[in-house]
Formats: sequence, C-alpha cells, structure tokens
Amino acid sequence: MKKIKEGKFVFTGELEPEKTTDLTELVESAKKLLGHCVACNVTDNPQSMAYMSSLVASHIVQRDSGMECVYQLRCSDRNSIALTSDLLGAGALGIRNVLALTGDHTSLGDYPGSMPVFDLDSGQLVYLIRRMVDEGVDLNGKPIEHPPRFHVGVAGNPNADPLDSEILKLKRKVEAGAEFVQTQVIFDIEIAKTFLKEMEKYKVPVLIGIFPLKNYGTADYFDKYIPGVHVPKDLLAKMKEASEIGDKKKKMERYDEINLDYYGDFVHEIAHNTSAAGIHVMAVAYERITPPLIECAKI
Amino acid sequence: MITGERKDLEELMEIVKTYNSLAVVGCDGCVGIYQIGGFKEAESLASLLKMGDKIKNGVVQDAEAFTVIRQCDKELIEKELGGKLDKFEAIVSTACGVGVQTMAAVFEDKVVYPALNTLFMGAQDREGAELYELCKGCGDCVLHLTGGICPMTRCAKGLLNGPCGGAVDGKCEVGDYTNDCAWVLIYEKLKSMDRLDLYTTFRLPRDRRPSMSPRKLAGGAKY
Repeated sequence: MKKIKEGKFVFTGELEPEKTTDLTELVESAKKLLGHCVACNVTDNPQSMAYMSSLVASHIVQRDSGMECVYQLRCSDRNSIALTSDLLGAGALGIRNVLALTGDHTSLGDYPGSMPVFDLDSGQLVYLIRRMVDEGVDLNGKPIEHPPRFHVGVAGNPNADPLDSEILKLKRKVEAGAEFVQTQVIFDIEIAKTFLKEMEKYKVPVLIGIFPLKNYGTADYFDKYIPGVHVPKDLLAKMKEASEIGDKKKKMERYDEINLDYYGDFVHEIAHNTSAAGIHVMAVAYERITPPLIECAKI
Repeated sequence: MITGERKDLEELMEIVKTYNSLAVVGCDGCVGIYQIGGFKEAESLASLLKMGDKIKNGVVQDAEAFTVIRQCDKELIEKELGGKLDKFEAIVSTACGVGVQTMAAVFEDKVVYPALNTLFMGAQDREGAELYELCKGCGDCVLHLTGGICPMTRCAKGLLNGPCGGAVDGKCEVGDYTNDCAWVLIYEKLKSMDRLDLYTTFRLPRDRRPSMSPRKLAGGAKY
C-alpha cells in the first residue's frame, strides 16, 4: 500500500475465503491479480457468514502467491482482547495492511442466533491499531514488545442517505488515524464524484469500490437484495440479454464485454477526472475480468 | 418500564402439569400497566390453565388469581399475599424476572414459575401500538451527548461512533428495515439543535465494567 502513499493510481482486489479449509483456489485467484493489483483484501466473515479466518487466509495467500493482503478485521465477532490478540498475530505473520470494519450484524449471517460483540466499532479499532503501531502500546497503555507495523484503512459508504452523516463519521475515522478509505460498491459515477468531492477536505486516499457483474444472476441479485445499491437499468438489461445466449463460451465473452464497456469508461473517468487514489475491484470469483478491465480503462 | 410477553400456553401447561393447585400472581407494576401481566392477565391465565389442562387430561384442578402492587418489593408481597397462598402447591408469576425472583425469595417453600419472558426497558409509541426498547441500563449514560437518543440500545450494534452504513432511507438493516437507524436520528436531532460538534466528536472505547452482571447498588433508600 506504499504505492498509494506515493500518489500512484492503484487497483486493489478482493478475495473471499469461504467455509473451507482449502485455499488453493484463493491462492490461484491472487496469482492472477499479481502485477495488476497492488494488494488484495481478504474478507472477514462477509455478511456475518462463519467462514475461514481472514487472518489465516491473508497469511497463506501472501505466503503462497506473493500478493500483498489487506487483512479485513470486523468488530462483530471479537472483543477488544481478541482484536488485540489477532492484530499481534497479524504482525507476527507479516501482514502489513488492516481494513478496520465494524462488520455486519450477526443476525444477518448463517449463525443468526450468535452473540453480536461490537465491543469496539471501526473507529475505535483504528484507534487501537494506531496505539499499537505509533505508540507501541495496547488499548490500555501496556507496552508491546516488538509492536506491529500496519497501514490501516476503513470503509466508506457513498450510497449513504443522508450522506452528510456518513462524511462526518469518516472525518472521525480519519482523525482517529485511518490512512485510506475503500468504498462500498458504486455503480453510479455521479455518486462516486459527489463522495470524492466531499472527502477531498480530509486529504485521505479514497479507493472507489466497483463490482464487475459475473453473470445476470449476480446482477439481478445485487439489484434486488443489496440495500441502497441499484444496478443501472441499461446495464441490467444488457446482462439479461446476454444471459439468453445459448452458447456458454459466447455468453461469458458477452458478459466480459459488457463489463469492460461499462467499467472501462467508469474507471477511466475516475482516474482522470477525480481525486480518487484508485479502484477497489470486488471481482470475487471473477478475477479474470480485472486485468483486461484495467487495460481497457487506459490509465 | 419493564416489558415482556407471556410464554405460549402449551409451554406453560407443560411446566405446571404435575400440580393440582396453582396460585397465578399478577403484578400491577410495569407489566400490569401495559396489560401484559396484571391482575386481569393473571385471572385469564388461571382460567386458561384450568381449561387447557382439562383438554390435555392434566391434573390441575384449582388455579386462582392474585395480584401485588409491585412484585419486586418483598414487603408488599408479604403484606398483600401473606398466608393466602399456603394451600397452593406452586405459584405462577406473571411479573417480570425481578418479580419472579422476589416471589421465590418470599415463598421459600414453593416453586415459582415464570409466565412471562421478560424482554426490556421501554415505552409505548404515541399510538400505543408497540413497545420500544429505550434503555439497556449500561451504567454509563451518554444521552446528553446524543440528542436524548440512546445509541447503546437503539443502535442494533450499540455503536458509540455510528452510523455503521447498514441503513437505507434511515431504516436499519437489522429487523428488515422496520426500525429507525438510531444514528440517523441522532444526526438529525443534533443538527436541528445546532450541535453537530457532538456528532463529530470521536468517542473512545468504553469501559464495560459498569454494565457487567451481576450488579448491585449500595443503600437502595426506601421511597
């Protein structure tokens, strides 16, 4: 993530360890993104699904693929003791980037009856990490032998309504020490531009989150079930049209073409005419799209 | 006030099925005011237990209703029920968990069964249609900083530095977008009060000890 600090327009990817002990596919996905993405986020129990530890997955991906990881860490499942403990472990394993997340509520996942923790929130997790990194102490000021070194990032939601309350919340997170912001998924470039404009005053690198649509089912699901996010109607219509192509290979090619057409312009515009530091490409299980997409955007 | 809801009749019948006679004791305090566990509800439950038991061929022959002004007060229980429950084999209380435990402490030789699942401290909405949880009793009140809206209770995640981003049109994703996002409410309220300085202030992690159970207070002066 040093490249962000150097002011280069960068791409980050996203990898999702699931309910498995086998990370072969994840490592292969990471390898495909080498040279295209500066780092990959490794998700931590997304949507509160009980998946493999993001710390373990981050470590194995870094070790076996050479891809730098952004270790996502949620407050939903761990109290401040467990967070401190995992962060020390992450330091020992050579993790260099942490995305501090509050996390989805546990009742939304596949263990809906489990206890939600939220001992800290994402801003307070940033505070904890900063104390560990900058002062070499834990939350209560106790010294850490060989303190860890992390870059710490946070999530931002440009789709929030009211947006002002979200921007002011991000101000708190930046003041607590967040070094970069990765946003939730955006389809509408105007939403991205408004958000970036609002964030300029905080002088923190912002990576705009995009979600290439692997197939029509994904697009439709996203449009219907992901709250506050709508897939543009014409994009959805094109995906539906493509879904009706009988030949599987041709269908995949058409999906890719639609994504490249849509996101090529989107990313080009973000890179050339906004203050964004980069793009966070959430192409989970669709990483083949990322290299041509970056090329297509003509950065 | 303290709120709750009555257990399913089937579950209650299963609990009391071995007793011939039951005293069903209501509480005129919080649960009585909200018509969840007052005298009327105790009477109705006593009838249902007798009736239901006949259908299921159980053994409950006698179930009589009583009430106490507040079941959380030992002296009131003793004053109002002293000697009246001797002939009953067991007690069913329609009070909150505090009442059930206080009854059990007074009637040491009887088993006291809870008829309610105690839920939360809350109040009615203006229409009186629903009861809302408003206070967790966290032991470290911040209402003066949050426009009189409790983030510990009304935010599903109990965040001190919200909102989390999980709201759409001001409604929280927890509860299928039927509950207000507490942090949107706090933002709007503080904005209207021209106190967004409170909103933008970063709150440090909490010392959770004031909320750790079991808690007690010294004294407890009598009203």
